Amino acid sequence: MIAVRVQPEPIDAAAATAALITDRDDVGAVVTFTGLVRADDGLVALTLEHYPAMTTRALAAIAAEAEARWPLTGGVVVHRVGRMLPGETIVLVAVASAHRAAAFEACAFLMDWLKTKAPFWKAEERVGGTTWVAARADDDIAAARWSTT
Amino acid sequence: MIELVYFAWVRERIGVDGEVLPLPPGVVTVGDLLDWLSTRSPRHAAALADRAAIRVAVDQTFVGFDAAVADGVEVAIFPPVTGG
Repeated sequence: MIAVRVQPEPIDAAAATAALITDRDDVGAVVTFTGLVRADDGLVALTLEHYPAMTTRALAAIAAEAEARWPLTGGVVVHRVGRMLPGETIVLVAVASAHRAAAFEACAFLMDWLKTKAPFWKAEERVGGTTWVAARADDDIAAARWSTT
Repeated sequence: MIELVYFAWVRERIGVDGEVLPLPPGVVTVGDLLDWLSTRSPRHAAALADRAAIRVAVDQTFVGFDAAVADGVEVAIFPPVTGG
């Protein structure tokens, strides 16, 4: 089962990943993705807004799709919301499986779908003002490669 | 009644987090609703002017502009998502 969480607190990637292998001997591969705040162009902070009534449901649907497509022993998706500073973790995806191919693919899939199908919005804070991040066409292309139609 | 909720720059441009309004006569689809909302104020019109940059969820599920809206639903209006 892939656990999903949305939280304002900092993400403890090590603890979330360790939980996937604690007390089990059937895990042969763990793949993790950590998304971090970059200090591009004088960025001071990043604020993540979300749609609380929908976010957990959307993440759970994405997680269920990954479970249906790959033989996973576990996984976790943690997305932070609120204001965060350069170097802090925005999102963690960790996936465990018996073999590496499923873990690599499921991790990439979860991130690609999360970026295009979960209701989060980034606002970049710089000296002089705050601007909303525009969606990137590359993200739509990345998500579309997992389409079954 | 329908409950409207706004996020990111849609929320900022309209100037409120959301509003509860009677479902107007003749509004059948999400597209109809966006057209009608745009007539409510210059702020609404400005926020909704670029339809290519507008996404909608009805009862917390993404839908297209041709989706139906009915009394009692929650309609969320926002820009394309940028999480992760």
